[in-house]
Amino acid sequence: MAERHGMVERRGVGLWLTHLGLIVGVAFIFFPIWLAFVASTVSQPEIVSPPMPLWPGDQFVENYSKALVSGVNAPVARMLLNSAIMAFGISLGKIAISLLSAFAIVYFRFPGRRLFFWLIFLTLMLPVEVRIVPTYEVAANFGMLNSYSGLIFPLIASATATFLFRQFFMTVPDELAEAARVDGARPMQFFIDILLPMSRTNIAALFVILFIYGWNQYLWPLLITTDPEMNTIVMGIKQMFPSGDDIADWPVIMATSILAMIPPVVVVIGMQKLFIRGLVDSEK
Amino acid sequence: MATVSLQGLKKSFGKTDVIHDVEIDIADGEFIVIVGPSGCGKSTLLRMVAGLETVSAGEVRIGDRQVNDVEPMDRDIAMVFQNYALYPHMSVFDNMAYGLKIAKVPRSEIEARVAVAAKLLQLEPYLQRRPRELSGGQRQRVAMGRAIVRKPAVFLFDEPLSNLDAKLRVQMRLEIKQLQRDLGVTSLYVTHDQVEAMTLADRMIVMNGGVADQIGAPLEVYANPATAFVAGFIGSPPTNFLDASTFAPGAPQGAQLGIRPEHVVLSGDGTGHRAKVLYAEPLGAESLIYARLESGDNITIRQDGALPTPAEGETVSVAWDKDEEMQFAKDGRRI
Ligand SMILES: Nc1ncnc2c1ncn2[C@@H]1O[C@H](COP(=O)(O)OP(=O)(O)OP(=O)(O)O)[C@@H](O)[C@H]1O
Ligand SMILES: [Mg+2]
Repeated sequence: MAERHGMVERRGVGLWLTHLGLIVGVAFIFFPIWLAFVASTVSQPEIVSPPMPLWPGDQFVENYSKALVSGVNAPVARMLLNSAIMAFGISLGKIAISLLSAFAIVYFRFPGRRLFFWLIFLTLMLPVEVRIVPTYEVAANFGMLNSYSGLIFPLIASATATFLFRQFFMTVPDELAEAARVDGARPMQFFIDILLPMSRTNIAALFVILFIYGWNQYLWPLLITTDPEMNTIVMGIKQMFPSGDDIADWPVIMATSILAMIPPVVVVIGMQKLFIRGLVDSEK
Repeated sequence: MATVSLQGLKKSFGKTDVIHDVEIDIADGEFIVIVGPSGCGKSTLLRMVAGLETVSAGEVRIGDRQVNDVEPMDRDIAMVFQNYALYPHMSVFDNMAYGLKIAKVPRSEIEARVAVAAKLLQLEPYLQRRPRELSGGQRQRVAMGRAIVRKPAVFLFDEPLSNLDAKLRVQMRLEIKQLQRDLGVTSLYVTHDQVEAMTLADRMIVMNGGVADQIGAPLEVYANPATAFVAGFIGSPPTNFLDASTFAPGAPQGAQLGIRPEHVVLSGDGTGHRAKVLYAEPLGAESLIYARLESGDNITIRQDGALPTPAEGETVSVAWDKDEEMQFAKDGRRI
C-alpha cells in the first residue's frame, strides 16, 4: 500500500514538472508575440522611451484602425485581402492541380507516364528561389506584374502535393476502381464521387499547410508587386520599415504584425479536427 | 437473365499465357463454379467475362451479343469482389444505390429496389451505416445487395467468402445458393475451396494452370475425373496415386493408378497388399488411416468411424475393387 502511495506521489511530481516545463516553454515562445501586442497598444513615444512597456496601453483602437484604414504605404485591410486571395489561390490551385495530376498518373496508362512522373518529381528540387529570375521574366512577359494572377500562377504547381496524393491513391484498393467501373462510373465520376471524398482528410491537412505556405510568401510578392495596392501583408510589413532617416511608426507596424498572424491561426484552429485526422490516420 | 458463352478464350499478359483456350456454354440461370489452386487463372477468366480484363483471343458472349469490346457497365453484369470493394465513405444505402444513380434510375425506383434487396439480405437496420461499422458478414451482404439491385443478367463472384470465418462461410454459402435459386440469375463463381465448389455448382470448371481440365456436374467430376490433376484436387483427402506398373500390370509406361481413399478397405482376411500403418486419425463419423505399401507408395484409407482402427506400426493388408481404379497416362489424361 505504502509503495503504491509513493508511486502515485512520484507520478504527481513528474506531472507537475512536465507542466512546468511546458508552461515555461510556451511563455518563452509567446513572449515576443506578447511584446508585439503590447507595442501595438501604446503610443510611439512610449515605445521609444526606455524601459519598454510590458503591459498593454490604451491606444489599441487608434493604432489598429489607423493600420487597417491607412497603414504606412497601403491600408493593411487591402494587404490582408491581397494575402488572402494569394493564399487561397495558391492552396486551392495547388490542391486541384495535384489531385488531377496524381489521378492521371495513378489511374491512366498513357505514353510517357513514367517520364511525366519523374519530371514532376524533378521539380521538387527547384523551389521558387532557384527559378525566380526566369519565372519573373516569364511573368513579366505575360504582363502579370502587379496582378493576382502574377502572385498566384507561378507558385501553383506542386510536386510535393502531387506526390502525396499519388501515394494516397496507390493505397486505395484497385477493387474499388473496378467496382465503380462495373457500377458504370466514368473516370471523372469515380474521381469526384469516390476518390475525392476518400481524400478529404488529406486535402484538409494539405490545405492548412499550403495556406500557410501561400500566406508566408515573401520573396516572390516582393519581386512581382511594385504597386503598394498589390502588396501582400508579409512583405508589406517589411515595406513599412523606414528607409533613411524617416521615423518608424512602431505601433502601427506591430499592429500589422499581429493582424498578419491571425488568419493562419484561424485556419489552423478551424481545420484542426480534419487536419489532425489527415495526419494521423488514412481513412480507407 | 442470359446465357453466357466463352469460345476459345485466351489471355496473355505480355509473353506469359495465363488462360489457354477455355470453352463453355452456360445455360440461362445456371450456377457455374470455377475452381482451382492459386494462380491458375480463375480470377483472370472471371474478369474477362466482367470486362475488367481484355480478351487476347476468342470471344465472350452474353445473351446473343458478343461483348469482347463492351465496357463492364454495358455488359449487364454485376460483380462481388473478394474484399467487397464497398465505397468506404458512403452509407449502405448509397453503396447499393450508386450504380442505379449513375444509370439515372428515378429516385423512387432506386428506393424501392434497395428496400427489396435490403429485406432479402436482412440489411434493413443498417441502411444508414458506413461499411466500417458493419461486421464482415454484413459487408458481404452489402456487396451482394449492390449486385442484386442492378438486376443484372449475370452475377460474377470472385472468392466472395474467403474473408469470412469458417462458420459464417457455411451460412453465407447457403444464402448465396438460396438467393441464386430464387433470382434465377446466371452466375459464375470463383473459389479455391472445393467444398464451396461441390455444394454450390450446377456445373464446375476445374482449372489447372490456365487450362479447363474438366467441366461437369460436381458428382460427375468427382466420380469421373478427366485428369490426374482433377482426381487429386477434388476430394478430401485427395485420391491416392500409385505406380501403375506395380498394381495394374499391362498399363502403359509411366502411367499412374488413382484410387479414392473411401474405396480402399482393410481386408481382415489377409488378402490384398501389405502395408504398414503410419498413423490413424479417428474423426468420429469416419477414420483416416495413413499407411505405406510395400512398394513404397503412401496410401490413405477412409473407413467408417465404427470400424476398429489399427494401431500405429501395425501391418495390415489393404484392398480395393478393380472397378474403382482410375488409370492416368503419363501426361495426366485419363485412360
Ligand atoms: N496484370 C497481370 N500481369 C501479369 N500477370 C498477371 C496479371 N494478373 C494476373 N497475372 C498472372 O496470371 C496468373 C493467374 O492469375 P489469377 O489472378 O487469375 O489467379 P487466381 O486463379 O485467381 O489465383 P488466386 O486463387 O490466388 O486468386 C497468375 O500466375 C498471375 O501471376
Ligand atoms: Mg483470384
